Formats: sequence, structure tokens, C-alpha cells
Amino acid sequence: MRPALRTTLFLAPATAWLLFMLVLPLLVVVLFSFGERGAAGGYVPAFTLDNYANLSARWTAFRNTILLAPLGTVLCLLIAYPLAYHLAIKADPRWRTILLILVIVPFWTSILIRSYAWIQILGGNGLPRLIAELGLGRPRLINTPFAVLVGIVYGYLPLMVFPIHVALEKIDRRLLEASADLGSPPWRTFLQITLPLSLAGVATGSMLVFILLMGEFLIPQILGGGKVFFVGNALVDLFLQSRNWPFGAAVAATLVLVMLVTVTIYLRAMKRLSGGRDDVSMM
Amino acid sequence: MTDRRATATERHFLQTLESYRKGSISRRDFLARTGLGLAAAAMAGAMPGLARQAWAQGSIGDRVVIATWPNYHAPESLEAFRAATGAAVDVNVFGSNEEMLAKLQAGGAGWDVVVATNYTISTYAEQGIIEELDLSRIPNFDPSAFDARFAGPGVIDGKTYAIPRNIGTTGYCVNTSELDGATPATWKEFWDLARDQLSGRAMVHDYQLTAIGNALKYYGYSFNSVDPAELADAEKLLIDTKPHLFAINSDYQPSMRSGDAAMSMCWTGDAVQLQRDMPEIAYVLGREGGELWSDFFTVPASAPHRDAAYALINFLLAPEMAAQEARFHGYPTGDRRVDALLPDEMRNSPILYPAAELLNALEFGAAVTLTNPERAEIMARFKSA
Repeated sequence: MRPALRTTLFLAPATAWLLFMLVLPLLVVVLFSFGERGAAGGYVPAFTLDNYANLSARWTAFRNTILLAPLGTVLCLLIAYPLAYHLAIKADPRWRTILLILVIVPFWTSILIRSYAWIQILGGNGLPRLIAELGLGRPRLINTPFAVLVGIVYGYLPLMVFPIHVALEKIDRRLLEASADLGSPPWRTFLQITLPLSLAGVATGSMLVFILLMGEFLIPQILGGGKVFFVGNALVDLFLQSRNWPFGAAVAATLVLVMLVTVTIYLRAMKRLSGGRDDVSMM
Repeated sequence: MTDRRATATERHFLQTLESYRKGSISRRDFLARTGLGLAAAAMAGAMPGLARQAWAQGSIGDRVVIATWPNYHAPESLEAFRAATGAAVDVNVFGSNEEMLAKLQAGGAGWDVVVATNYTISTYAEQGIIEELDLSRIPNFDPSAFDARFAGPGVIDGKTYAIPRNIGTTGYCVNTSELDGATPATWKEFWDLARDQLSGRAMVHDYQLTAIGNALKYYGYSFNSVDPAELADAEKLLIDTKPHLFAINSDYQPSMRSGDAAMSMCWTGDAVQLQRDMPEIAYVLGREGGELWSDFFTVPASAPHRDAAYALINFLLAPEMAAQEARFHGYPTGDRRVDALLPDEMRNSPILYPAAELLNALEFGAAVTLTNPERAEIMARFKSA
């Protein structure tokens, strides 16, 4: 078999998948976004730019998403990095597997149920009551951006921990020893060796969390009580309540565009930060 | 299951019964292995009047999916249905008719029974989403037992598309201990309290009909208005109130019970359920008016388990069963045969059967509100504001 033919054959399933599961649906979304809402809802073919002109009606949803998704990503990163560092570098190898499993354990329960648990914790009879009994006032936690961020960090943390852990684990320990032998204090070894070599994991983890967060709707729905609204919630509403498919398609297409732009900027920045190394700019 | 029943000999049945008693198979397995007829026969003593019908309906499969409302069915009624027929009931709960319609329009929701509200029936029938019912398969339905006002929307051009289930009102519940025992009486007070004294503690349905309709009542407009100027006023009020709300959610009981919320738009049955445990919660029908509704059992044209759908509707319509359900959910059924079986405190309850002057001000939801694009978009803008 000629190599070219073999390559084609091997790539055929992935190509077909991309074509039918990504390219065609995206084309349908774009096509629908120029249509009109049917009398009882749904889609009627037409050519109009009204749906795009109307996008400002969902500005708050875009604003919330564009603010809270990166913020959630950064919070995840700040919490996940020390955790991954400890697991990969500091932890006793005998405990490492068990500790890693403990990071995954929450994933064994549905995110829906775990978010409902947070309703109890953040609701009036949970943490606020405890804080009140300590005499520190009675803060309102549930149905606020804070509650949504807590849910996001809680739900997405493992997705950040694992790529960073893998990157840190791969680091050749002799490099760290060499750095110490040459007189670097630990903080300098970290900044000059460990951190740059783990950037690939940081980039992957951040991408995973950020991209998923941009489409998130469940956590804002449950912990935001309909008051902290993401683009994902706007989409659910447009398709599952007001049945305005064309406008929903326009919002979805815009979201894809916003994500493409942000991700490109982010990857460029990461590439510059890591001095143009290939393993960081993996996309 | 039909095949299994045909092979279920007496010896096989006794063996399976023994396994069930020893606990090596579950009750569900027991019912499936022995077959519906035998199981129903064994239940006959426990369920007088029901077993005969289950027997007659034969094998209906092992599941039925119902799209319905929160806190709307007594778990024991659905369990009794499973015990009598072998079909487990999957309950899908929704916050609005619009949400149900969206899933039905997208096709293949997989539902066998949909509990729909009066104002949706004509659209559902027109669009072929639901089908004319075969009343011979619902012997427990007696049209003469219902008030025409409530049952009427189910009949279109003389064809019955929907069987009336529960009736009720949409008012609001309020925890009077938060108001020093004072009870408000109007929708104007609802919206004013939500923005002032009860700021951060009030809830609005995630449902265009009632959220917008009751905002319209603040100005004294019709609950069903689609007039652009009146809707603009309602939207202004909604958006103005939004920062003060605790949440926009149609499942408000948990928040009312925990005390996080002190006031919420509320349906009859939820008010009864809340008051049962928290007497300080009052149910208010706005003097300006508001919604009067009736819900219906419908069978979508796409129902995958049609036999089970009919069996479930018929099962729940049996007066004793409907009364058991009513005692749980607190909605009047609109069925006179059922009213007679209810305890006095329910029959005399002002929540279930409000005073005539309050009832007269109420309106049935109008079909136009279901599909009106402006109302849909106002609701969406309110939520994303």
C-alpha cells in the first residue's frame, strides 16, 4: 500500500467525523442565523441580518461570560498549580496515586447533584448561618456571581490539575539538581526551570477550562438562580423557551467567533511567554 | 413481556415468587418474570377496583414517560401504577409550557403523556403535536363530572384532545412572619414589596405567562395582553425588579421552606403544600386579577409507549386515585366525583376554592401568549438583563 493511500485511509474516520459533526452543523448554525422565527417558533428560511443587529439585547450575557469565564479559569489555575506541584514534585510517591484518585473522585458523581449540594452549602441555612453565628453578619451567597465562581472552580479544578501535573511530572529532576548545584535558590529554580517547563500543562489546562466555561450554563442556572446569566443560558432560553432558533443561531455563531479570537490571542501570548517552544503552542 | 407471560407456568411463578421472597430478585424482576396478568391478580386484594382494569389492559411494556410539573404527583400513586402494571413511570419536570413546546417542536422528546395547560391545547392540536384521544381507552374519564369552563379547552371541533386534570390559580405565597403578620392583597403590593421591604427575598416564575401576566396586572392591564405599549410597561417593571429578586425559578418550594425566599409567585397546590408545614405562609390572589387555569393530560403524536400512556391516564383518573393525588399535591381536580372523596378541610380551603369575587377577576391564559414572539423575547430579555 502506498504511504499516501495509507495516510488517507487512517485519516478517513477523523475527517468524516469532523465533516459531519463539526463543519456541517456549524454551517447549519450560520445558515439559520440569517433566517426568521416561525409563527409558533422554530426556523423559517429567509435572508436577514436582524438577528445580528439584535445581539445587543444579550449584551449582559456576553459580558458576564467574558468576565466570569476568564476569572474562573485564573482562579482554577491559582488553586490547581500549587496542588499539581505538590502532587508531582513534593508528595511521597507512595501516596501520589491515591492523592490523584482523590482529585478525580468528585467526577464520579454527576455535576448536577454536586451543584445541588452547593445550593445547601451556600443557601441561607448553610455557610451564611455559620458566619452569622460567629457574629460576622449574614452575607447573601447563593444566586450571586460569587456562588457561580465557587461552582466553577469546584467543578473544573480537576481539568486544570491533570495537565499541569503531567507537565510537572515529565520534568527531568537532574535539571533541578543542576540548578541548585550552580547556586540558584529554590525560588529562582522554580521561576527559571520548573515554571517554563510546565507552561505546556498550564496552556492545555487553561484552554480546556476556558473553552468549556464559555459554553457553561448549568452552574449559573443552579447556583445563579437565573440572576447570573451566561451566553449558554441565553442559548438554552432561545432554543428551549422562546424557540427563536435564528436568533439563537446568531448568538451561537457570535460566541464561536468570540472564542476563536480569544483563544488565538491567548495562544499567541503563551507562545511568546515560552520563547516560541512548540510544545506550548500545541494548537 | 407478552412472551414472558405466555411461558409463565404456575411452577415457574411459584419458583419466581420464592426467589422474590428470598430477596434474590427485585420486585420489578418479579413482576417482569411472572408476567403482568399474574402480578395484577396477586395485587387484586390490595388495590380493589384497579386490578381489574390493569388485567384488562394487558401488557403495556415496562415504562412510561410523563412530562409534568414540579410537586405534581404523589410518589405512591406512580409506585402503585408500577405495581399494578409493571410499567415504571419516568417523570420529567418542567417549569413552563413553553419549555415543553420547544422540546416537542424539536421532535422526538420521547414522552408518552404531557401535562399541558389550557392555553396550549389548541396550538398543540393545530400543529399535530398531540392527537385526538380514544376515549374508549379511558373509561375512568367522565366528562359530565367536570365544569365546562375547565374541561372546554380540551375539546376542539367536537374532538377530545385533552383530559382535564387539575385546576387552580396563580397567586403568590408570602411568609407573613416577615411582614409582622400583615397580609398583602394585590399584585401591586407584590411588586412593591419585592423592590422594597422584601428586596433580595422574592421569586418570580421562570415562565412568560405568569411572570409577564402578573407584571401586567401591576398596571391593571389584562393578564393576556400582547399590546406592545402595555408589554413595554411590564418589561420595564420586570427589569426594574430583577436586581431585587432572590431568583427566577418555577421550583420555589425549596427556597420558601429554607427561608431564603420570603415571597414567590405560586400555584394553588404549592401553596397548600407549603401551608401544610408552615402555617405562617399565606396565599394571595391579587385583587386586580391574574390567572385561572386548568391542566390536561395529553398524548403526543410521537408517544413511544401509547398503551402505557392510556393506562397511566386512566389509572390516575380513577376517583380514589385522583383523590389520593389531590391530598398530596393540593390542587382541586375539577372532578366532582373526586371532590366528594376529599376531606372537609380541603373542601373548605379558600386556597383550593377561592371566594367568588376573587375568582371572577381571574382570566384563563390565552392561546396567543404561547406563541407571541414579543412575550417570548421580553421574558428572555428579563432573564438576561
